[in-house]
Amino acid sequence: MSSTEQKTDGQPRIGVYVCHCGINIALKVDITDLIEFAKGLPNVTVAREYKFMCSDPGQELIQKDIKELGINRVVVASCSPLMHEPTFRRATAKGGINQFFFQMANIREHVSWVTSDRGDATKKAKALVAGAVRRVAYHTPLERSKVPVNANVLVVGGGISGIQAALTMADSGKRVYLVEREPTIGGYMAKFDKTFPTLDCAACILTPKMSSVRAHPNITLWSYSEVVGVDGYVGNFKVKVKRKPRYIKEELCVGCNQCVEACIFKEPKFADEFNFGLSKRKPIYMPFPQATPSVVLIDPDTCIFFKTGKCKQTCIKACERNAVDFDQKEKIEEIDVGAIVLATGFKPFDAARIPQYGYKKYPNVYSSLEIERLVNASGPTGGEIIMRDGKKPKSVGIVHCVGSRDEKTNRYCSRVCCMYSLKLAHLVHERTHAEVYNFYIDMRTPGKGYEEFYDKLMQEGVHFVRGRVAEIRDWPMTAEEVGKLVIRVEDTLIGVVRRIPVDMVILSVGLEAHADAEDVRRIFNISCSHEGWFLERHPKLAPVSTFTDGIFIAGACQGPKDIPDCVAQAGAAASEAMALIDKGFVELEPNTAYIQETICSGCKTCIPMCPYNAIRYIEDKKIAQINATLCKGCGTCVAACPSAAAQQNLFTDEQIFEEIEGVLNYV
Amino acid sequence: MNYIYYPGCSLKGTGRAYEESFLAIAGALGLAIEELNDWNCCGATTYMGIDEKKAFAMAARNLALSEEQAPDDKPVNFLALCSACYLVHLKAQTMMDENPNLKATIIGALANAQLSYQGRVKIRHPLDVLVNDAGIDKIKSLVVKPLKGLKVACHYGCLVVRPYATFDDQNNPTSMDRLIQALGAETIEWPLKTRCCGGTLMGTIPDVGSRLNYILLKEAKRRGADVVATACPLCQFNLECFQNQISSLYGEPIHLPVAYFSQLMGISYGISNRQLGMQRLFVPLQPSLAV
Repeated sequence: MSSTEQKTDGQPRIGVYVCHCGINIALKVDITDLIEFAKGLPNVTVAREYKFMCSDPGQELIQKDIKELGINRVVVASCSPLMHEPTFRRATAKGGINQFFFQMANIREHVSWVTSDRGDATKKAKALVAGAVRRVAYHTPLERSKVPVNANVLVVGGGISGIQAALTMADSGKRVYLVEREPTIGGYMAKFDKTFPTLDCAACILTPKMSSVRAHPNITLWSYSEVVGVDGYVGNFKVKVKRKPRYIKEELCVGCNQCVEACIFKEPKFADEFNFGLSKRKPIYMPFPQATPSVVLIDPDTCIFFKTGKCKQTCIKACERNAVDFDQKEKIEEIDVGAIVLATGFKPFDAARIPQYGYKKYPNVYSSLEIERLVNASGPTGGEIIMRDGKKPKSVGIVHCVGSRDEKTNRYCSRVCCMYSLKLAHLVHERTHAEVYNFYIDMRTPGKGYEEFYDKLMQEGVHFVRGRVAEIRDWPMTAEEVGKLVIRVEDTLIGVVRRIPVDMVILSVGLEAHADAEDVRRIFNISCSHEGWFLERHPKLAPVSTFTDGIFIAGACQGPKDIPDCVAQAGAAASEAMALIDKGFVELEPNTAYIQETICSGCKTCIPMCPYNAIRYIEDKKIAQINATLCKGCGTCVAACPSAAAQQNLFTDEQIFEEIEGVLNYV
Repeated sequence: MNYIYYPGCSLKGTGRAYEESFLAIAGALGLAIEELNDWNCCGATTYMGIDEKKAFAMAARNLALSEEQAPDDKPVNFLALCSACYLVHLKAQTMMDENPNLKATIIGALANAQLSYQGRVKIRHPLDVLVNDAGIDKIKSLVVKPLKGLKVACHYGCLVVRPYATFDDQNNPTSMDRLIQALGAETIEWPLKTRCCGGTLMGTIPDVGSRLNYILLKEAKRRGADVVATACPLCQFNLECFQNQISSLYGEPIHLPVAYFSQLMGISYGISNRQLGMQRLFVPLQPSLAV
């Protein structure tokens, strides 16, 4: 808009409001000095300070000034716009002027929290306030457009969190797409035997939920699939899902396993992913008996036909329903959804990264997840604890904090390991009557019934040694150590270094973010913490929201969590997604671009630049025109236009140049 | 690449065989090595135990001298063969980098001696130089007498990768193993490779020192080693010189040759025993080489 139009709103009368944020800002920024400075800036009618501008009395200051002093532009110098821009826009509107006659100066995250010198901080705060004051004079009234919300939801990840979120939303009538990377849903919980602290059977509580997912009329389950692209915005996402070929027609397979029996490999030969290699599978296989969907798949890396092109393909003949399809190709499905729940979970820490613990070197050193399979009644040994050397252990050491609370690997506590170590100690002790030692740094058992479970274990006669294990080695000092794994540890309660010989070692591995968390976060346009966990919008008050509206997170992809916490978050994410959908519409930021018809020369430079095909050429007027409903406000056309005919609401050239001048004039 | 070689006290005394053999194989490999002029004690043990700052000042003088000796502005490769010398110089440099007050004090002390320290010194361990600068392929190419059938326990000692692991894994270093394997020998699986040899405890609390050496020697023998290879004059001394006492103390014959890795390299390169200082070993290596 030109400056003549801006004058139709009358001379700008700007109110500047500086927030102390308790002492968050006031400690580093000289507020009095800043107020005096603001009063001297052009068009500023009033400059005030308040302890908490976001509080009701703070907001009322703005409203009162608009009404009584005729303030028609508002600048608040406080925190990040991500935090309180909506708050102050609302206050501006309540005062009776258009909410976009508002500009925020971030003097907390950009100034007081990151500047050590008070003089420097005050100087920078002044520059930012000057920029905001100069800019807001050129603000124009804008309206937000309302866009209807697509009522379908995408859930990514089929572990317990994803399952819970999908079922909750499907039960309330939403159409849910559940996309899982692995051939079956169930996640890590499907591998556990018992769950702490109640010791109820994991399968008994999980498998009914898995079959509900499969049977639910409102859920479309795509396993062995990955989201490869997300377009659009809150309420209207367009999602591309890659469906990997399993070489089986999913709609025909009933999971009878006859093809598996008929495979020319008479015996299973290849490491079984579900059992972490503790058992073997064939190239055509069912991941585990309760796999959902109950559909087999062929692994092209081990299948003779895929490797050599020569095989009798006995599997094809064995299938009465003709479900085997060696020509199946990868397929991309496109779906429209209004909201997305990410529940992509975690990756267990690779214990081989700590060489002194001997994982993958000594066969009787196991990771805790391998033990989950060994103690599982449906595991490779039918629940009997038999070591790789075929013997039953008479003594077992459980090492806590492997890959957790360690500067060399991960500094954070993985939260679940103390409790699952106690559970494994109980199960191993119960089944083998072995002497079981827990080596811990601190026992962390905060949860309902958790401390009581710890007490119970101590009464069961499980040993607890406080100290981080230094190393696990196979060199004996005494006759009784020969042939054993020797755990060397400083027992910090009695103040001596101990050598404890055991038959079997369990390494309680921590939880890590997925190796490709960075790629996934990019697809969904959300943020990661530096450890790779997906970042929540606010750690306390918006724990399942992200900085991208309409995308929610649940479960261990946000940070290590046990099952109860995952389920609670999944419920929270589901209800947030449903609240968004049930509102029926979203209000869009009016940051769309427009063409000033009198300036446009019709050169068509902008048209191919637009990634959303929102610009078309009007033949009779010989100008370009932007369709505001298609425009996403990326600003590419604005930058490309040689005659500055393309402009963007909230980012006009005048607004940006004024802001820059404001900041630079002061400096 | 040029290296300024810092011998320290051991390499001119009890560890002479290390100096002799290392300079011989370095010559064979064509490494340009020049001894640091007017070097002084690195500051290990005695100074370090009483006043770290004095130890750092001693080490810093050596670093300053090395910069003076390599006057162009390129990085100076400061080669310390003894593990303690290597660590003390590295520690002094790291502490100065991390602590500006300490650095100012030490720079001041150097200025009093008309010296300056710019910080362009890179402190290098011989295993690092051999494996990463010369390279395993080059090391292998000079072998004329492969050490076939010789089983070697590679002992890195405590200081080479701790607390600073600049070129190898802190818990499971492998550079010496790779080097020895390149000579045609076999290295045994040796989880004690970074365990303490007792350091000065052999002189101060012999009970403790003897036990530490007993563990190392006994386990090396149990795993079938013919020789322990070491990269530290103190480890070599402790492991080799008290074997009779240890044997009678534990009622178990513990006799095992302990040689510098550079001596094993020299043998495989066909360098004469005398040039490698083989005659200085108390437990002769020759019988094990005859395997």
